[in-house]
Formats: sequence, C-alpha cells, structure tokens
Amino acid sequence: MKKKTNGLKKLYIGLIFVFMYAPIALLIIQSFNKSKSRGRWGGFTLQWYASLFQDASIGEAFTNTILLALLSSVISVVLGTMACICIGRMKKQTRTLMMGITNIPMLNADIVTGVSFMLLFLTLRIQFGFGTILLAHITFNIPYVILSVMPRYRELNPHIYEAALDLGASPAYAFFHTVLPEIMPAILSGGLMAFTMSIDDFIITHFTAGAGVHTLSTKIYSEVKLGIKPEMYALSAMIFITVLVLLCLVNRVQGDLDLKAKEARA
Amino acid sequence: MIIRRKTAGLLGTPYIVWAAAFIVIPLIMVVWYGLTDEHGAFTLANVAAIADPAHSKALLMALILSLIATIVCILLAYPLCLFLVQSQQNSTSFLTMLLIVPMWMNFLLRTYAWQSLLEKTGIINTALRAIGLQPLRMINTNGAIVLGMVYNFLPFMILPVYNALEKIDQNVVNAAQDLGAGRRETFTKVIFPLSLPGVVSGITMVFIPALTTFVVSSLLGGGKILLIGNVIEQEFMLAYDWNLGSGLSLVLLVFIIINVVVSALIERDEEERA
Amino acid sequence: MIRRKAALISAVTAVSLVLASCGISNHPRDNAPDDDSNLLYVYNWGEYIDPETIEMFEEETGYKVIYDVFETNEIMYPKVAADPSQYDVICPSDYMVAKMTEAGLLAELDYDAMPNAKANIGEEYWETARGFDPENKYCVPYCWGTVGILYNTDLVDDVVDSWDILWDEKYNDDILMQDSVRDLFAVALKKLGYSLNTLNEDELQEAKELLIRQKKLVQAYVIDEVRDKMIAGESALGVIYSGEAEFCREENESLRYCIPKEGTNVWIDGWVVTNDSRHKKAAAAWIDFMCRGDIALKNFEFLYYSTPNTAAMELMDEETLENDVLFPNVSELDLEPFRYIGEEGDRLYYRLWKEIKSA
Repeated sequence: MKKKTNGLKKLYIGLIFVFMYAPIALLIIQSFNKSKSRGRWGGFTLQWYASLFQDASIGEAFTNTILLALLSSVISVVLGTMACICIGRMKKQTRTLMMGITNIPMLNADIVTGVSFMLLFLTLRIQFGFGTILLAHITFNIPYVILSVMPRYRELNPHIYEAALDLGASPAYAFFHTVLPEIMPAILSGGLMAFTMSIDDFIITHFTAGAGVHTLSTKIYSEVKLGIKPEMYALSAMIFITVLVLLCLVNRVQGDLDLKAKEARA
Repeated sequence: MIIRRKTAGLLGTPYIVWAAAFIVIPLIMVVWYGLTDEHGAFTLANVAAIADPAHSKALLMALILSLIATIVCILLAYPLCLFLVQSQQNSTSFLTMLLIVPMWMNFLLRTYAWQSLLEKTGIINTALRAIGLQPLRMINTNGAIVLGMVYNFLPFMILPVYNALEKIDQNVVNAAQDLGAGRRETFTKVIFPLSLPGVVSGITMVFIPALTTFVVSSLLGGGKILLIGNVIEQEFMLAYDWNLGSGLSLVLLVFIIINVVVSALIERDEEERA
Repeated sequence: MIRRKAALISAVTAVSLVLASCGISNHPRDNAPDDDSNLLYVYNWGEYIDPETIEMFEEETGYKVIYDVFETNEIMYPKVAADPSQYDVICPSDYMVAKMTEAGLLAELDYDAMPNAKANIGEEYWETARGFDPENKYCVPYCWGTVGILYNTDLVDDVVDSWDILWDEKYNDDILMQDSVRDLFAVALKKLGYSLNTLNEDELQEAKELLIRQKKLVQAYVIDEVRDKMIAGESALGVIYSGEAEFCREENESLRYCIPKEGTNVWIDGWVVTNDSRHKKAAAAWIDFMCRGDIALKNFEFLYYSTPNTAAMELMDEETLENDVLFPNVSELDLEPFRYIGEEGDRLYYRLWKEIKSA
C-alpha cells in the first residue's frame, strides 16, 4: 500500500516536471531542425548554431541583455545595501513607510510599472534607449536586494562592529571587515535574483525601449509576429545548457566538499 | 546597528531620492494622466471608461481566467509541495531544477513553444490523429490562455507554499496524531491551517500577474481574446491615448491594492492566532 | 545637518546626471540640423527588405544603419509620434503618410539629393501617390500591392472568388484574418459593398456585426504569422498581402491567391523622412539607394511585392511581368486605396474594433 502511494507521488512530481520542461525540450529540438517553419521536421542540422554567430542583431540584443542585467544588478546591489543601513536605523514609522515604497515595484503589476516609466520619460522628454531601460531595471531590482539584505542586516550583532571601533578601526574599515562579510551571502543572493529578474523581464522593457535598442525579450516578441528565427532557438538552447551545466558543476563541487567534510569528521 | 546616524542617513539618501524619482513620481504620473483629458483638464471619464462594454468584458474575462489559473495553480502546487516535504530529503536542489532553471529559457519563447504543442497541426494533435482520435481545438482558446498563465506563474505558487509547509514543526503533526487525529483530520485541522499564509502569498503572486498580463493572451490567444492588459497595452502602443490607458491602469491599481490589503489582513489574522 | 544637505544635493545631481546621460530630446522642429554622426535610423515593416541591400548601402555610403521593424502602421505611429526624432526614414502606407503629414511629423524631401527617385519611379505611381501626398512632397513609393485571400487547394474545394467564403461555416477554425484595424474592416466593408473608407456609422455597425458573427469561425487574428500558418497547412484560408502570397506559393505549391470579385484594397508603401530627423542627408542617400534599379530588383526578388521602379522592371523577364499576382491589372479590378479618415474616424474604427476583439 505504502509503496503504491509512493509510486503515485513520484509519478505526480514527474508529471509536473514534464509540464515545466516539455516546451523547453521542444525549443532545444527546434534549434536542430533544418526546416525553418516550426511545424515540420526537416532533418538534423547545426547550421543555426553556425549562422547565429554571423547574426549581428541577435548578438547585439544578447550583449544588451547581459549588459543590462550586469549593470542593473551591480548598481542596485550598491544602492540597496546602502539603503538597508539607513533604513535599518530609521524610526519604526519612517521605516514602515520606506519599506512600503520599496515594496511597490514588486507588488505592482508589471504593465502599470512599465506604463508609469513610459509616462515619466515622455513627460521629461528623455530619449528612449539603453539608458531608460537601465533606469527601469535598476528600479525594479533594488527591492529584491533590500528584501534579501534587510533581514540579515537587522540580525547582526552590533557588538562586533563596536568592538572593532574600540580596537581602533576606522568606521569604514570596521564596516568592510565586520559587517560586510556577514551580510555578503544575502547581498549575493539578492544580486543574483536581480540579475535573473533583469534577464527575464519583457513587459517593463517593452515600455521603456527606444529606437534600435533591443534585448532578447523584445527581439523575440517582435519576431513572434514574423516567425522566430531559428538562430534564436539556438542561442536560447546554448544559454540554457550553459546554465544547467554550471549548476550541476556547482552542485557536484559542493557535494564533494560536503563529502570530504564528513570524512574529515569521521 | 550603531553606524553613526549621520553616516547612515548619508548612505540612504541616494536610494530615497531614487525611490522618489522612479517609484513615487512615475505613479503620480499615471494618476495625473488617468484623471485628465488630452487638454490637461480634470476628468473622470478615463476611469469611468471601464464601464464601456468592450473594456468591462475584457476586465471580466481577465478576472475569470486569472481566477481559474490561480485555483489550478493551488491544486497543482499544494500536493506537489506536500509530497516534496514528506519525502524528507533535501529538496532544495530539486526545486531549483524545477522552478529556477526553466527561467533561464526566455519566458516568451517558453510560452510560444506551447503553440507548437497545441496548434491544429501541432504535436499533441498529430499524436491524437496517429492513434485514430479526433484532433482537439486547443490553441487560441480560453483554455490555452489559462494554461499559459499556469505555466508561467506556477513557480510563484510553489515557492511560498513549500516554504510554509516546510516550516511546520513535525512535533505538532505528531502531537495531533498522538491525540487521535486521523490523517484527514491532521491535514484539515493542523497542516492546512498552518500552511495558509504560504497559500495566501502564493495567490497574490499568481493572481496579479495573471490578471494584468497581455503577453500570454497575445502569444496563445491568436488575437481572439482581449484581456484588460491587452486593452491598456494597445491604448499606449496602438491608439496613442495615454489618458485612457492611464485611467484603465488606475482601475487595475485598485485591484492590486485590494489584493495587497486582503492578503495583509489574512496574514495578520494568522499571526495573531499564532 | 550640512552634511545631510550635501548628501541630498549630491544624490539629486547623481540622478539628474543619469537622466542627462540618457539624452534629453529637445524636439527640434523643422529642419533640425544634422548631427555629425554617420548613423541612420530606419523604421520599416518586418521582412520588407533584402538584408543584403542594407549591407550594400552601408558599404557604399559609409553610413551605419540602425534598423528597426514594425508590424502594422498603427503600431508604428505612436512610437514615432511620441518622439519623432527617434527615426530618420520610415516606410508607412498611403493613409498613414497622410496622417503623419497632418500631424506635422514629416519633412519635405530633397529630390536633388535623390536623382534615382525621380528618374526610376514610374509616373503612374507618382500619380497614385498624389492621392495621399498631393504634391509628392513627402513620400517616395517603395512597394505596392493588393489584399486578397490565400487558400490551400488541398483543404478548400469550393471556388474562391468572393469574401463570402470567409463566412462559410464549413471552414470553421480554418480562417485567418488580419490583426489590424483598417485591414480587418476592409474585408467586411467590401463584402457588404461599401467603401473601405466609410465614416457612415450604420455601415460600420453592420460591418462590425458581420465581423463579430465571423469571429467564432476565425482561427486567429494575425499579421505576418499568416505566412507560416498557411505554409504549414495549419489553416485553409487567410487574408494576406499580395507579395506574401507569392512567397507562400513558392514554399507550398497547394496555395493560391485570389482577389475577390467584390473588390479589395490596393495599397502603396513609401519612404518618408521625419521632420525631427537629425540625419537628413543620410536619409536622402538611403531613399536614393533604394530607388536604384538593381537594388529595387534585388528587393523585388526577395519580397515579391510589386515595385513601382521602372528601371527594375526593365531588368525583369516577360514571365515575371505577366504574373498577375505580382503585377495585377489595375484597370480590370475593383480596387480602392485607404484614405486617412481623420482622428475622429480613427477613434471610431478603433472603438468598434475593440468591441469585436472583446466579443
């Protein structure tokens, strides 16, 4: 009886897995399809992977996407961490207000956020382009950093920092050597979250992008109406596989370390 | 922390200015445009336009489809999380595989791929034909849009529910069973109530993006199904009517605020009970 | 206190610096001077040029082209209207040229800088263009064509010669309609025997009812996807532009194109330069280059859209010129161009369109 339900449970988990991965598998298969139209299998080919590197527009969109994600996550990590130190010290009411405002971009619908940026830039007559997208991405990324760093920062033991000061460290030195290492994991996970959010964003970019500036998302959206270029499948498959392999490696290394630690203890 | 007050204030200023310039002011712009006409005079017409049959139908459709999608997400996610927690292995890496890794394939492409699965000459129908069954009409239907919503937003339900279930102290569950509660009673009286905050926050995270989406409907709806998100997007990107687009966005904001308030109330309730 | 003030000021400066680095467009009206970059921003329909000709243009002139595409006139317009300095050269259709002219978005063309335009574009096309650009001041014709029905002979055994077939229950879930306001209404209005520029509310209501009735038979409202779907055999009937039809027939031999007997839309797309363009010299060079016979021919062979370029036609063989999809006999057919119907008219059409889409 027990075994049977266990089997059913595994089956259920497996089905959800299939649900999440079926479209992805399809896209990867598509990238090897000789036929351009997605409905037909025209034989196996690697030609899209080759022509991918000749396609300047996809290359540009890729660079823009990565650059945006890097810049916006780094800037939002710096701004967000600084903000945490300040907000952490605020009186309860101001803190609640600040955290409320910080929560807005996360709780608000993307379309409203996108539209609000568009109106701001239009009214101020700021030219739409890479800069406007970057501003928008930083803005919706900072909350992820703050919400990740804030709890960690408030849990810190203040005495360590004080002790460092008492021992003659300058405030900056004391900060970088006692506080920062403690909140580093939270900063990193907030930054990673921000990076991912920036890469995966379409809606806000859609409303803030300007002439000649594309990210992979906006490029794909406009290609959907024209028929997606097979090179796009190839690029996405490559990104996906790279991330997958990296994750597996990290897991493996971590597993090895754990194992060694266990052996050492034994 | 005892970082000097002045220094702390100094560090926070950039973000405070930033938040004012890029969070608060843009929202004020939406309100401003939503409540004025093209000449800048005050009007409620843009908000009242939601009563226009075309708009109210789009809103109603969005409400219905996103509610169904949210319910389906709960029904799919809850058992999954329960099984994962019960399996008592470390499920973190499994969850990453299931939820985070797919995000590295662009979500527009992932959603678009469903077209190849669902369309008339698509994979599912080809398979049905091959085994002698009638092909189904799947793409460009309400069902396809619900599927797209569930597919895109399921992770936002799984994560909070899993976290809530994992936090439940096994001793509480054991205590309930020791006191004679059956499996069913343990679930309805102990496990489910304790996991409710997770479910509530899952609902917020699924319902709002589903309600306001225009991407899923334009990728899987074949232009036949107009959701309120599509209307707003088109007011800006087709009709060049920022006032009407902003007015309808304000209506969405009302739903967002209701959603936030309700979930905050439920959470507070839970905390108080705890 | 002073430090706090200093911090505030520095933060405000930082934000404004960021904003400034994004570039404030100051909307120079009328004959903005060219900036000294060698850039050229081109905004064209998707799949509406042979990419090689862009490369050739860059090589020959030294300009760097930043190329963007739109799917419909209606998607293009708000982008350009919001900031007309974003793009230098655009390729709108007839009625949209009139609308943009009226909105003051377009610059008068400098024909001295584009000798190929006057020399190579056939007189009858300039004549047609005067319908929406009375003095030929703003627009140089690029391509033209008709709208009709593409059908798959494997799936359709009736004779296709009328818009009526798009309302035939037999083809439930087998019909593709165009997803843009004017193109969609044109089909219903022509079927009813009305002008496709009508502003008569009763006629439009009738057309709207007809389209709502049709909606349950329609598989999807699409723009360029109609090509892929028809080629793949996903749908039996589709409303399509003539050039696309010829492209589809090359890919799938069962496809045929028909201009319904009730008449249809004849359209012409042309190059225009925006008023706020800061690269007008480059823009003129672009238009001139596109009007060169060999380039127009190259684009024709890539696109299959009828070209108004006589120099290109001289280079074609008899068989191509006699193909009545590529070069329809205008005088024998009941063809009507779109006219700009004014802002009120646009709003009316758009409102009715929303009612169809949300029905």
